[in-house]
Amino acid sequence: MDIKSTKNYLYWLFCQFELITCSYLMEPWEKVLFYTFNTTVLAMVAYTAYIFFPVHISTAFQFSPCPQHSSSVYRVTAQLCSHPH
Amino acid sequence: MERPERAATALGAQPRANGCSGATHGGLRNGYVRGLPAPDAQINHIVHNGGLYKRPFNEAFEETPMLVAVLTYVGYGVLTLFGYLRDFMRQWKIEKCQNAIEREEQKDFVPLYQDFENFYTRNLYMRIRDTWNRPICSVPGAKVDMMERVSHDYNWTFTYTGRVIKGVINMGSYNYLGFAQNDGTCQKAAAKVLSQYGAGVCSSRQEMGNLDKHEELEKLVARFLGVESAMAYGMGFATNSMNIPALVGKGCLILSDELNHASLVLGARLSGAAIRIFKHNNMQSLEKLLKDAIVHGQPRTRRPWKKILILVEGIYSMEGSIVRLPEVIALKKKYKSYLYLDEAHSIGALGPTGRGVVEYFGLNPEDVDVMMGTFTKSFGAAGGYIGGKKELIDYLRTHSHSAVYATSLSPPVVEQIITSMKCIMGEDGTTFGESLQSALVLTSKLQLPSKMGAFGREMLKRNIGVVVVGFPATPIIESRARFCLSAAHTKEMLDTALKEINEVGDLLQLKYSRHRLVPLLDRPFDETTYEETED
Repeated sequence: MDIKSTKNYLYWLFCQFELITCSYLMEPWEKVLFYTFNTTVLAMVAYTAYIFFPVHISTAFQFSPCPQHSSSVYRVTAQLCSHPH
Repeated sequence: MERPERAATALGAQPRANGCSGATHGGLRNGYVRGLPAPDAQINHIVHNGGLYKRPFNEAFEETPMLVAVLTYVGYGVLTLFGYLRDFMRQWKIEKCQNAIEREEQKDFVPLYQDFENFYTRNLYMRIRDTWNRPICSVPGAKVDMMERVSHDYNWTFTYTGRVIKGVINMGSYNYLGFAQNDGTCQKAAAKVLSQYGAGVCSSRQEMGNLDKHEELEKLVARFLGVESAMAYGMGFATNSMNIPALVGKGCLILSDELNHASLVLGARLSGAAIRIFKHNNMQSLEKLLKDAIVHGQPRTRRPWKKILILVEGIYSMEGSIVRLPEVIALKKKYKSYLYLDEAHSIGALGPTGRGVVEYFGLNPEDVDVMMGTFTKSFGAAGGYIGGKKELIDYLRTHSHSAVYATSLSPPVVEQIITSMKCIMGEDGTTFGESLQSALVLTSKLQLPSKMGAFGREMLKRNIGVVVVGFPATPIIESRARFCLSAAHTKEMLDTALKEINEVGDLLQLKYSRHRLVPLLDRPFDETTYEETED
């Protein structure tokens, strides 16, 4: 069954993660702490990437090879800094 | 201190052109070729060594992949962080402190438990402690019975459930030739001696503890090794640590291999001699140290060293490598130093008739000044011996700490050694000695700290007992699992074990090797001991 083997494979992957980060050896409350910390950090990184990714990409494309007026640089940096976050 | 020198100089007194005696079988004119290749070329090939090796001596050790090394550090990093957290909680009484700490009155003294080893013990060793010190309740043969134990507070304390796990395949005992039995000729002979002499000797060798059994054993050991005389001691570790101080002292130099056993290191440190370490099995490093020692002498006074002693082992159990004995002997003769060979794992196991690494390379036992070994591994008993020239052994009989202070060997144990040695030599009428299967010690690198614990537990779940080794016996990022095969294992047991190891290896992703097939050495399987690092 495909679902079963996928589930087994995912469980095996989770076991490898546990072994590599040594959470296999931790007591349950330590595991909770560790996973909470990790998921929080990952969530924050994901959110930051989601917010800033389009702005950074558009900024990158604005600096194309043809020379730009210097004020546009200021405009873009002002845009970045004042972005509500 | 004078006698061993005289004995050894008498040995090497005939000067030869290239400083070596052509003492190998078949009159092979080998010798240490002066134009040895550059240090960066570790050449094992027969041609370059001028015919020192009778057959190609190849040892292949694979390096660990970079990813695994990085992940090992990641694992240790996480554990260290949690270790600090737990220490903090213990200090501020948030958590009950179950390890040893100083008393209140001693808090202002020099701290006892703040170093890294204690930190490691508290925070890592305790988590996987259940894979070590597992109590067994039967003879450690091919299969062993283990007492089951559980821990309710994460390995700080253990309770026995009362159940016994029967028939665990034993891959951890040094039972290389299968002499650890509770029935058979050895056991009958030992039982007879037990009823005759009792179990205790109640004295040291020099006082009233010298039995005729000990004399018989020593003559037999000397005959077995092909040396003039031998002396037996009650404990293998004590043989090294108590006899090296008797041989060397202040003003002498010890050149010790990087991976020498703790007993050799302890003996070297206790002696008070200067110690220099050469890289593991690296003859260029050893030669460089020897040259420096001869040219520069002692550090400040520039006087020549009184004695230079090279400490090597026959087989290094953690690494699985065999010492390059022909080259070491050639170097020793060239630079007029002495050789101390510790054959703890190789005696009984290497060589066509089990006489050890000297026979394996076809060399003359007289070339090795001090031949040391233990009876623990291949003979199924306990204790150690030292063999060499008669003057050396007579000197040790009076000057060794172990002879003067330690209780001598127990008579049934002596009888076990005598019977098993006669068995190996083929003198008891059986053909056991000829059909000796080799012993094999295989180490497999686990690297990650959590895999150490996981491997031990998973193997026990599948009814196989293995030994996993970590810091401080090995470098901190290189933890290993060690499998000791013995002659007592049947093919079915080995097949089962291999199947389970394969399964656990897949489960835990232990197969780091990039080779398709493990590179096998070109020696026949049932002749010698060989080592390889696989998976």
